Amino acid sequence: MDGIHDMGGMHGFGPIEREENEPLFHHSWESRVLAISVATPVPIPGGSRNNIENMDPAHYLASSYYEKWLYSRIKGLIDAGVLTPEEMETRMALLRNNPNAETPEHPDPDAVRAELARSRPAGPRSEKINIQPQFSIGDCVKARNIHPEGHTRLPRYVRGKYGTITNYYGIDNLQDAELPTGCTNRQQPLYAVRFEASELWGNAAETKSAVYLDMWESYLEPV
Amino acid sequence: MNTTAQTDTALRTRALESLLIEKGLLTTEIIDEIVEKYEKDVGPLNGAKVVARAWTDPDYKRRLLEDGRAAIAELGFDSAHGAKIVVLENTSSVHHLVVCTLCSCYPWSVLGLPPNWYKSYAYRSRAVREPRAVLREFDLDLPDTVEIRVWDSNSDLRYMVLPERPAGTENYTEEQLISLVTRDSMIGVAKIESPSK
Repeated sequence: MDGIHDMGGMHGFGPIEREENEPLFHHSWESRVLAISVATPVPIPGGSRNNIENMDPAHYLASSYYEKWLYSRIKGLIDAGVLTPEEMETRMALLRNNPNAETPEHPDPDAVRAELARSRPAGPRSEKINIQPQFSIGDCVKARNIHPEGHTRLPRYVRGKYGTITNYYGIDNLQDAELPTGCTNRQQPLYAVRFEASELWGNAAETKSAVYLDMWESYLEPV
Repeated sequence: MNTTAQTDTALRTRALESLLIEKGLLTTEIIDEIVEKYEKDVGPLNGAKVVARAWTDPDYKRRLLEDGRAAIAELGFDSAHGAKIVVLENTSSVHHLVVCTLCSCYPWSVLGLPPNWYKSYAYRSRAVREPRAVLREFDLDLPDTVEIRVWDSNSDLRYMVLPERPAGTENYTEEQLISLVTRDSMIGVAKIESPSK
């Protein structure tokens, strides 16, 4: 998706502001949002990130990291039919009027733990997949100029640019929402590709620098 | 964010937590455990231990650069969902820098949760386009003879920088070395100062 989240190379965000002795969390709710998010993944392509990328751009820019996570989690759970917006509103009103209301307890915590372990998305597949990588280290390649509406990991600033394969990382699961045209398998060779700064930024490039990106094979075309 | 919005967000979080528990999808204990893990166990100290071991054990360093995830797991730090970790070695002629332009991906298992500046729009937008200018804002002015390689963490792989061991630490123990390693040096926005300076 060509969204506001795809920020690489944009102008206008000013200097990088750092905070001395930054706390791990700035508000206690942030730690709860982190934990809820880690424990309950959003089961859609692109996961939680897809919902964040689809936020209204002004809302995206005005929201902090954990606010985006909270928004995405609630939307994901509502879309999955786990929660309804009415339930959220009713529960918020209840807590607003009864700030000391106790958090409910589950009668069988072990069952919850077991269910969470069961429903967790599987990790990377371990079985050997017989896919022959099309490219070798040192090959010159071009990043495809694709503009999918859904989640993609191919940033705008690199599309259509030429680079060189520097690493081969093995077979990996493409995270895009849609499979690119002509592509039938999510399991694809994953490479690191080096793009010279001058290729990406032209005359504005700094001296002696390059950007490396992880590229699934379907992001690349031979040169 | 103003105080009213902050209160509203805190309330929304409580409502979500309370509904998920009521529906049998989470428990308070599970949430507390995860929070505690990131508050106490998972932070840049993990990465510092990896770096100090690599500085003192050439065989470990070779394994670390070959297969980051496996070598890091040797020290007891498992990556989330078994994600691959690639370790990038900084030298006197090549300097690596890590960013995630699309999101804020970060090697949690070795560095903990990212600082706000790493998640900032300024860092995400600028690190790939003008890394030297960005590094100067971190008080790191690299000569033009040093090549800069910026790694945009756009897949589920994670990158960690192995900083250069500073001069004057030849007689340091592994424990002493651990205390020198900073989070920022493992992201690539800082070098480690020689302790004699």
